[in-house]
Amino acid sequence: MVRNKKHDKLFTGLVVGTAAYTLLMVGLVAFSVTKGSLDIFMEEGIQFITGSDWNAVEGRESFGAYPYIIGTLLSSAIALAIGLPISLAIAVFISEIAPPRIGTPLSFITELLAAVPSIIYGLWALFVFRFWVRDIIEKPLYDAFHGYLPFFAKTPFGLDIFTAGIVLAIMIIPIISSICREVMRVVPDSQREAAYSLGATRWETVRTAVFPYVKSGLVGASMLGLGRAIGETILVTMIIGNVIGPNAIPTSFFSQGQTLSSLVANEFNEASSDLHLSALIALGAILFILTMGVNIVARLLVKKKIKVSSGAKAQ
Amino acid sequence: MNSNNNYRDIVQETVTKKYKKRLFVNKLVTIFTVVCVIAAIVPLCSILFEVIKNGISAISFEFLTQPQGSIGSGSGGIAPAIQGTIIVVGLASLIAAPIGILTGIYLSEFAKEGGAFPYLVRFFNDVLTGLPSIVIGIVGYVLIVLALGSFSVLAGSLSLSIIMIPIVVRVTEETLKIVPHSLREAGYSLGLSKAKVTLRIVVPAAKNGILTGIVIAISRIAGETAPLIMTILGTSLFFSGITGPVDALPLRIWRLASQPYESAHAFGWGSALILILMILALSLGLRYFVQKRSPFKGMA
Repeated sequence: MVRNKKHDKLFTGLVVGTAAYTLLMVGLVAFSVTKGSLDIFMEEGIQFITGSDWNAVEGRESFGAYPYIIGTLLSSAIALAIGLPISLAIAVFISEIAPPRIGTPLSFITELLAAVPSIIYGLWALFVFRFWVRDIIEKPLYDAFHGYLPFFAKTPFGLDIFTAGIVLAIMIIPIISSICREVMRVVPDSQREAAYSLGATRWETVRTAVFPYVKSGLVGASMLGLGRAIGETILVTMIIGNVIGPNAIPTSFFSQGQTLSSLVANEFNEASSDLHLSALIALGAILFILTMGVNIVARLLVKKKIKVSSGAKAQ
Repeated sequence: MNSNNNYRDIVQETVTKKYKKRLFVNKLVTIFTVVCVIAAIVPLCSILFEVIKNGISAISFEFLTQPQGSIGSGSGGIAPAIQGTIIVVGLASLIAAPIGILTGIYLSEFAKEGGAFPYLVRFFNDVLTGLPSIVIGIVGYVLIVLALGSFSVLAGSLSLSIIMIPIVVRVTEETLKIVPHSLREAGYSLGLSKAKVTLRIVVPAAKNGILTGIVIAISRIAGETAPLIMTILGTSLFFSGITGPVDALPLRIWRLASQPYESAHAFGWGSALILILMILALSLGLRYFVQKRSPFKGMA
């Protein structure tokens, strides 16, 4: 018995220790980005965030992250604008419309889509998909609107913020739709039956009985997708066009651009000085704060919904 | 009487009209959802088709066993990248699997319901899964590359393990929670300690689920590129030691794709196919393993 107790104590200590390590990892990330970016913030201060010069030549160094913050936000916004309606529609189709013998393989296929590494999305986007985007979507938009709408000006190339947004959308669709599905599953059937019994059509049921019930969960799901789009690196690096400095501030959807993460990926191995490296890590620090914020809010929303609703279901 | 009838007709007509419109909207939405489903499947089919079509012609014995030839020549292969991926991912799994499983055990078996510490662990674990991998690469760079003074396998594996741990924790906790309470009670009634009950009864019963979690996590990190740029650098040489740089498939694909040569692109497609095949082999292997062993065998 005594030996047993000792074993128990040891084992409990071990599992608590590893749990503490997983908490510590967040600290490690925070510490590393802070330590790495300290130099540049000492040098440039708030200028680093508001400035738009990017010059790594020795003696004339000047770094500003503003264009890349805009590029990141714009490409992720496009991704969410395209990805969210499609994800919701897929979630509705699988959980509300399709019979299980179609829904189950479909959810398997969307999960497969989520398992494709982003480097392979990137390869495909660079050599195949960008020509589709250029010829099927961008050219007609350009022909129709370039005279009146400034954000469709600029001859489309296929390597631009718009293409990056579309490919990001394809990448986040499986993520958003699978969380939406999970959230919608906790809606009790009595809720749906009530709507049907009042004579609602299927769409009206979804709109009036399902969506409102899980609103915060759906918002959380889309924010998780947004977080993914903001942080995606290699895929964006391959198709966004990679310009630096003031030119990277987008003037139209078809501008070549740059995001926080793509600039880090592009220049990290060629950094010419410690200050340059520190500036790149500082871009990572901004990314860390952005995604951390988005993720914390999203998790709180999703968690709250699932907890509350499954409690209601158990009654 | 007549006007009454008329009135009823009008009501009837508007109701039918409205009803038809509602049915029409319903149909429209249904069609929209189907279109969206198809729109999501098309890229998947196109990706698989292109990778197989372009990849298969690149693969040869030389491609799989030789280091890269001179740039643009289209000779040599990607052997160092295959080797590097196996080493870096293997080491990362060795770090992440035990830590992830033990933390999962803590959350499911030892954590007090409603306690602040388990809540924090769970919450930040979830948040960690959402952090961009390039930010996690910075950890490997600042803590190990800067300290050792060179890009290294170790830095890459540490970064990948940070991506992997939260996934393993999540799946382990969820699987352990499904193990029926009666099994634990049977153990306690025999006078076993909590550690023994957990390790000898609960974990073996959940073995398959835990393994699946590890395989999911491995397939996720095997395709990561961004953190490797900052940690292992990539080289055209074979593995030279744990504190030296090494190559990896995703990194190689990226470098190949940005070269201006057709032959490099062909190599890129070939590497992509190999990467997908490696991930596929891992999950098929798991399925075979799991099906062969029933979950309750280890408990006899």
